[in-house]
Amino acid sequence: MSEERQLRIVLRNAGLIDPDSIDEYIAHDGYSALERVISEMSPDDVIEEIKKSELRGRGGAGFPTGKKWEFTAKADSDQKYIICNADEGEPGTFKDRGIMEGDPHSVLEGMMIAGYATGTNKGYIYIRGEYALSIKRLQKAIDDAREYGFLGEHILGSGFAFDVEIRRGAGSYICGEETALMESIEGKRGEPRKKPPYPPTCGLWGKPTVINNVETLANIAPIVINGADWFKGIGVEGSRGTKVFNLMGDINWKGVVEIPFGTPLSDIVMNMGKGIRGGRKLKAVVLGGVSGSLITSEELDTPVDFNSLARIEAGPGSGSIVVLDETRCIVDIARDIAYFFRHESCGKCTPCRVGTEEMYRIIDRISKGEGEERDINTLESLGKSMMLTSFCGLGQTAPNVILQSLRKFRDEWLTHIREKKCPVNV
Amino acid sequence: MKRSGFIEELHECQEKEEKNYLSKKNIMEAAQHHQVPPARAYGVATFYTMFSVQPRGKHIIRICRNLSCHLAGAEEIVKKLRETLGIDFGQTTEDGEFTLEESSCLGMCSLSPAMMIDDVPYGNLTPAKIPEILEQIRRRENRNE
Ligand SMILES: Cc1cc2nc3c(=O)[nH]c(=O)nc-3n(C[C@H](O)[C@H](O)[C@H](O)COP(=O)(O)O)c2cc1C
Repeated sequence: MSEERQLRIVLRNAGLIDPDSIDEYIAHDGYSALERVISEMSPDDVIEEIKKSELRGRGGAGFPTGKKWEFTAKADSDQKYIICNADEGEPGTFKDRGIMEGDPHSVLEGMMIAGYATGTNKGYIYIRGEYALSIKRLQKAIDDAREYGFLGEHILGSGFAFDVEIRRGAGSYICGEETALMESIEGKRGEPRKKPPYPPTCGLWGKPTVINNVETLANIAPIVINGADWFKGIGVEGSRGTKVFNLMGDINWKGVVEIPFGTPLSDIVMNMGKGIRGGRKLKAVVLGGVSGSLITSEELDTPVDFNSLARIEAGPGSGSIVVLDETRCIVDIARDIAYFFRHESCGKCTPCRVGTEEMYRIIDRISKGEGEERDINTLESLGKSMMLTSFCGLGQTAPNVILQSLRKFRDEWLTHIREKKCPVNV
Repeated sequence: MKRSGFIEELHECQEKEEKNYLSKKNIMEAAQHHQVPPARAYGVATFYTMFSVQPRGKHIIRICRNLSCHLAGAEEIVKKLRETLGIDFGQTTEDGEFTLEESSCLGMCSLSPAMMIDDVPYGNLTPAKIPEILEQIRRRENRNE
């Protein structure tokens, strides 16, 4: 892996310090950002600094973090909440697990600073129940931080009070959606809420709530310590700082990379991932998770940042890069993706509940050589209706990769239907 | 704020049950504790895949079939698990040791194909490793008894 092209901000401590040791975190500048905001900055100063850094959320949607905090800071309420979204359920994504297991205090410190900036004294970390080690590490970090006086009343001798509790998920992809997650913390089925109102003014138990992704929060302390101008100097216009990606599939090196925004996708796949396995040719990349996008080899030089990717109807999404070589069958991939969404649709709205089921049924039929040509049109119109009419992001994005595959690899779909066989024999 | 811990309480109830599930009694007690109507409590218990309202085995095997694991041959592992255990998804072995379940992505994609047995992750699986892993758990159990 070409280390020199990587830049470690989020993963600054991962693998370097003992994640169970608060002393080692402190020895690496840990909690000095918290100290600085409490002793030198007003809550407004902190929000201005985060806004100026142009940090955007790393949970998928890319919403400006400073703006989100500002909405909650300005909301008038006796109680507010900070939530760390650690539900990480997007297939092909494990970056948040790496951050939580490698440097749990960096997430906590981000939450504390968010709490200070927005006038909030209570935080929740919602972690998927399957992440047993992340839960253990974060619980230890919370206990130690409390003992050291970084959590609790009168933090660092100031008037600021803040505490954090972990809430375990119980197996549900939809609970990563922010309002479904709040329902789940409230002890209900994880079904999404109608938006607006949005969480910054009306979130958990109807109170103003900042919800941020794990990686977003791990960026906060470095921004406070090094300043917004430093952060803005990394990356490109519209996408400042770095992005953590998980690299997998048919490549020679699988794992975690942190790259400055603007790095071409080809550089990540061919250099950091050390190229395609077995000297084969690249067929496509599933970028940003199975709800993300399908990138062809012609598009591989696209810089990885919000604006450049938007031009090819893509985005960094969850931070997953799944590489497919020439031996992979596009219908087989689409079928696996449809299978996932059919399982994870929460059932609240009809377009998603019925749509994910139908999509899987049709693709499964085609994969068995029982498809008809009109199935292609049905899939396309069904996918478009789901995107337009589903209640939440799950149903709205479930058809993304499937529809892009119908456009970009149409011949392969047609061969399955017309010749009742798979061109690559899957 | 009492309601906030309802799902946590269900987790704890289930962990205490030898058979890894939520009995009617468990659900009703937790519901009463948190002042949740029974219908809603049952709705919650059946919404999340980690909860079961049917008795299960001592150990829960969760195998991932999503994209990264699928590419790495998860279907072969699924086949071997079915064969070795003699059960299908959602079923429990006759000796009450194992329940086989499907799971969505477990976040172990760089070690695919992957599964979890209870809280323990297993990665870079091959069909040949499956009988060995299961046997190890059975042996450990016998030793502890
Ligand atoms: C179906 C669905 C699943 C999601 N899953 C996650 C997730 O696992 N983790 C996450 O941080 N955001 C997830 N999101 C995005 C959240 O709704 C929300 O935008 C995010 O937590 C905001 O944090 P950020 O501003 O720091 O990105 C999901 C969204 C949808 C529609």
